[in-house]
Amino acid sequence: MRLVILEDYDQASEWAAKYICNRIIQFKPSQGRYFTLGLPTGNTPLGCYKKLIEYHKKGDLSFKYVKTFNMDEYVGLPRNHPESYHSYMWNNFFKHIDIDPNNAHILDGNAPDLQAECDAFEKKIEEAGGIDLFVGGIGPDGHIAFNEPGSSLSSRTRLKTLAMDTILANAKYFDGDLSKVPTMALTVGVGTVMDAREVMILITGAHKAFALYKAIEEGVNHMWTVSAFQQHPRTIFVCDEDATLELRVKTVKYFKG
Amino acid sequence: MPSNKSVSDAPIVQFTNCRILRSHQLQREDLWVREGKILNPEKLFFEEKGSADIQLDCKDSIIAPGFIDVQINGGFGVDFSLATDDFKSGIDLVSQKILSHGVTSFCPTLVTSPPAVYHQVLPQISIRNGGAHGAGILGAHLEGPFISKEKKGAHPEHCLRTFEAGAFQDLLATYGSLDCVRIVTLAPEMKRSSEVIWELTKRGICVSLGHSVANLSQAEDAVQHGATFITHLFNAMLPFHHRDPGIVGLLTSDKIPAGRRVFYGMISDGIHTNPAALRIAHRAHPKGLVLVTDAIAGMGLAPGRHTLGQQVVEIDGLNTYIAGTKTLSGSVATMDTCVRHFQEATGCSAEIALEAASLHPAQLLGIEHKKGTLNYDSDADFLMLNDDLYVQATYIAGEEVWRQDALGM
Repeated sequence: MRLVILEDYDQASEWAAKYICNRIIQFKPSQGRYFTLGLPTGNTPLGCYKKLIEYHKKGDLSFKYVKTFNMDEYVGLPRNHPESYHSYMWNNFFKHIDIDPNNAHILDGNAPDLQAECDAFEKKIEEAGGIDLFVGGIGPDGHIAFNEPGSSLSSRTRLKTLAMDTILANAKYFDGDLSKVPTMALTVGVGTVMDAREVMILITGAHKAFALYKAIEEGVNHMWTVSAFQQHPRTIFVCDEDATLELRVKTVKYFKG
Repeated sequence: MPSNKSVSDAPIVQFTNCRILRSHQLQREDLWVREGKILNPEKLFFEEKGSADIQLDCKDSIIAPGFIDVQINGGFGVDFSLATDDFKSGIDLVSQKILSHGVTSFCPTLVTSPPAVYHQVLPQISIRNGGAHGAGILGAHLEGPFISKEKKGAHPEHCLRTFEAGAFQDLLATYGSLDCVRIVTLAPEMKRSSEVIWELTKRGICVSLGHSVANLSQAEDAVQHGATFITHLFNAMLPFHHRDPGIVGLLTSDKIPAGRRVFYGMISDGIHTNPAALRIAHRAHPKGLVLVTDAIAGMGLAPGRHTLGQQVVEIDGLNTYIAGTKTLSGSVATMDTCVRHFQEATGCSAEIALEAASLHPAQLLGIEHKKGTLNYDSDADFLMLNDDLYVQATYIAGEEVWRQDALGM
């Protein structure tokens, strides 16, 4: 893996955005030859999205020939609910860029047949030629997307019940009312992300430090599903200093050097 | 990029680089319009997989809902209370001219007149949508003749009437037809007014209290029977008194039926009310304030003599009086001037000033689901303004109907 350590959240966001931007530009996407990007939600990638929007507005980056696949979406939350991942992606990314709406794929948590929706999503990824770069985050419990502790490391896109940790962490977005927080979500599987040609995990903040330690300094373990990426040929972990607080000095020095 | 044709073939316009008034705040968001209505771009993106056909850079303008003037007696030499042969072209002229003041909908107002005038004029007023031809007409505002002699203001005394004898039937006979009537101003202390107010309210006509010597309890009674508006607060009514606030007391009355709001018109031209009075009213009941022009035929014309129904008025700068007196009679202010003066006098935010001329009149008339806001699916009647709230362009149903030319007019 590559472990890229930046001083703070803003610098980490900018590094990640520049990486994505360069990847897209180097790929030279065109009609019929799209760059496929896997995308996360949550607090961590907000800075990265802002930077990407900046590059787009400056005229340096176009999403005209980019296809995106989001990692997850809540089940049972109306699409236009302010906390749905559709709303998140629209407000924080899609409405500011020139992506073709037909190329922006997000799981539909209100589909009549949820498993069929998941299967169709896997098929769309396959039809798009697979994912060139999957960008993700890490939960405090080490999960990637909603692959909660105990998820199979070869899992595919499916319906998952959310862990209590996750529900508690999400409560702040639902007026602190636990009864309003969704308890299920559709998510890409660990296996789905592992299939991507390249993976970039964004991890910032001291509250994620322990999860990062478990993910890269301990063994591959289904209790810390991000650890699966130890076995991926091309993964980059982008973090800030605070996220490295639980790592060994030796590890940090090695990757900083 | 092309829009999705499965739902509609109509072009989608995206107004960018602007600050739009939505949810009571100026937000940095784009405004999307299709088929004359404000479009929800998120819904368009996810459900229709659509995108804009045309993108327009608004150069950092403010975009606000079009102004709605519920009390305007005429302008540019046209007097709505005069039954002339070319009445229709008169109303067309005014509706076209006020586009430059940011007014996209209005209620042509008739002052106290003899029945013959109502019978001739009212059938010539039709409720119609606005467009390049002019601002939309929401219906007539009939101010009088059922008003108080003591507070007639500029209204001709010989035309005042009561409905003591036949209540609503008397009113109907006087006006001839209520088909295109949207607002009626009357004095609630008049005998049998409760019945009349109730009948008018039942027919969806907004009843306004004005030109009256009613005390607070009579005013509250009127509100309980359906009245929801006060015509030019402070003017032509008893002054506020601490033991009987009169109609002014409605602003803080605790007898307003639950779920209802009393609105009040204010002519904020700097003449009809002292700025301190404007501030008192605004602070007492900010959500009820509706800016009106009460403009008369002389608005938009040079100073001098003009008519106001059966009267002759004299314009001197911003002041208009009954000729030879000091009785105020309407104004020559324009709606955008009123908005700016209101903001200056109260120190309120641009959002509040703009809403007083758009959202509040729409709420008064019960049309805020389609006018007075920039909410999704509302009629796309809006204005582009600069930071000082000068109107740069006016749009009705998504089409530009007026634009400030480069030299400034």
